Amino acid sequence: MREIAANSITEAVRDLCIEANTRLPREHLAALRRALGAEESELGREVIERLLENAEVARERCVAFCQDTGYAVFFVELGSEVRISGGDIGAAIDEGVRRGYDEGYLRKSMVKSPIDRTNTGDNTPAVVYYEPAPGDGLKLTMLVKGAGCDNMSALEMFTPAEGLQAMKRFVVETIERAGPNASPPLTVGVGIGGPFEKAAVLAKKALTRPSGEPNPDPELAGLERELLDEINATGIGPAGYGGTQTALAVHVESFPTHIAAFPVAVNLDCHSHRTASAEL
Amino acid sequence: MEDIEPLRAGDIVRLSGVLYTARDAAHARMKREIEADEPLPFDLEGQVVYFTGPAPARPGHALGPAGPTTASRMDPHSPMLVERGLRGMVGKGSRSEAVLEAMREHGCVYFGAVEGTAALLADCVKEAEVIAYEDLGAEAIHRLFVEEFPAVVVNDLYGGDLYREGRERWRR
Repeated sequence: MREIAANSITEAVRDLCIEANTRLPREHLAALRRALGAEESELGREVIERLLENAEVARERCVAFCQDTGYAVFFVELGSEVRISGGDIGAAIDEGVRRGYDEGYLRKSMVKSPIDRTNTGDNTPAVVYYEPAPGDGLKLTMLVKGAGCDNMSALEMFTPAEGLQAMKRFVVETIERAGPNASPPLTVGVGIGGPFEKAAVLAKKALTRPSGEPNPDPELAGLERELLDEINATGIGPAGYGGTQTALAVHVESFPTHIAAFPVAVNLDCHSHRTASAEL
Repeated sequence: MEDIEPLRAGDIVRLSGVLYTARDAAHARMKREIEADEPLPFDLEGQVVYFTGPAPARPGHALGPAGPTTASRMDPHSPMLVERGLRGMVGKGSRSEAVLEAMREHGCVYFGAVEGTAALLADCVKEAEVIAYEDLGAEAIHRLFVEEFPAVVVNDLYGGDLYREGRERWRR
C-alpha cells in the first residue's frame, strides 16, 4: 500500500481551486482563438476578443476569470493500493476548497439547502465523485461549475425506438432553449446510457475532457462533430448576440444501458470553462 | 429618460456613472419591502441596476471580478422596480414578456454585458460601497461608480431585441 497524507490532498485541492479559477485551460484558449478566426459576426468577434483579454488579465493578476466561481466539483480516481493517512479524504478535499476559496479571493456561492438559503461561507461542501482505479495513484480533476449554464442543462429518458434522432434533436433543443442565458460560446457535455443519474454524471464528466479532444470511439467522435455543426447553425452566437460560434466543443460520453432505455443528459458549460487536474 | 430614448438594440455603449448591484436575494428583499410599504434602500427613479454578485476584491481594488448573472431569475421582481422609476438594467440572458412590457410602458432599457469579462469589468469600477443588506455578502446592494463600462443594448424602448434579431440573422 502507498500512503498519501490527507494534508497533501488539501494542499493539492487548494492549488487546483486557485489555478482553475484564474487560468483557463490551454486547450480552451486555443478553442476560443479558433472561434475568433471562424466567427462571421463582428459583434461576436468583439465578444471573443474580450474573453481572451479577460483570460490574460485574470492569469496575470491571479484573479477569478468569472465572479461565479461555482460549485467545486471533483472527479477523484483513487488507486486501490492507496491508503489515506492522517485524516479522511472527503474532509481533506473540503478543507482544500475552504482554503483555496479564501486565499484565492474567490466567491463563496454555496447555500445550505435549496430551502434554507444561508450561505455556508466557505464554498463547501465540494461535490465529489469517486472512481476506483487500479494502482497506487490518486488523480484529482476539478471542474469549476458556474450555475447560470448548469441551470440550463437537461435530462430526458428516451425510448430505444426514439433513439439517436431524438437524442440529437434534444441536444440542439436544449441549446436553443438556453439561448443567451448559458453564456455562449459553450462547451457541451452529453452523457448517454446507464440509468437516470449515470447519464447526468457522464455529461458532467464529459466537460473535463480537454476542449475539443474527440471521443476515442470514431462513431461518437462523428456524432460530436455533427452536433457541433448543428449547434453552430442555430445563430445564437457569442454572448447570444448572434453569430456562427455558439459552441466550441461537444463532448459525448457513453455507458451501457438497459434494453428499455436511452437516457440522454446535456450539461452546458459557459465560455468561462474552467477545469484543472493534479496527480499525487 | 432623454439618455435612453436614442438607444437601439445592438448599439455598443459605455456606461459612466452610478450602478446599483442587486441579484436574487436582494431582489427578494426589495419585493418584501415594497409589499410592506417600507422604503427601499435607494431611490429607483432614474437609476440603473446591475445583476451581479462580485468576487472578493484583492487589496488595492475597488471591487473583485464582477460580471453579469442570468437576468431571467430577476424577471418575477423586475416589473415592480421598473414601475417605480428604474431606467436601466444590466445583465445577461433573455427577459420575460412581462418584463419587456413593463420596460416599454414605463421606459427602461436592458443592457447586456459579457459574464466572462468579469476581471475587465471590475477595472471599470472606480468606487464601490455596500449601501444595504450587508448580511447578504456578495448579494448585498453595492453602489458602484463606473467609468466606460462596456455594454450592448439588448432591449430598447421600441421592441428591439438583439437576442432575437441576432439569432435570426445568423441562423443557417
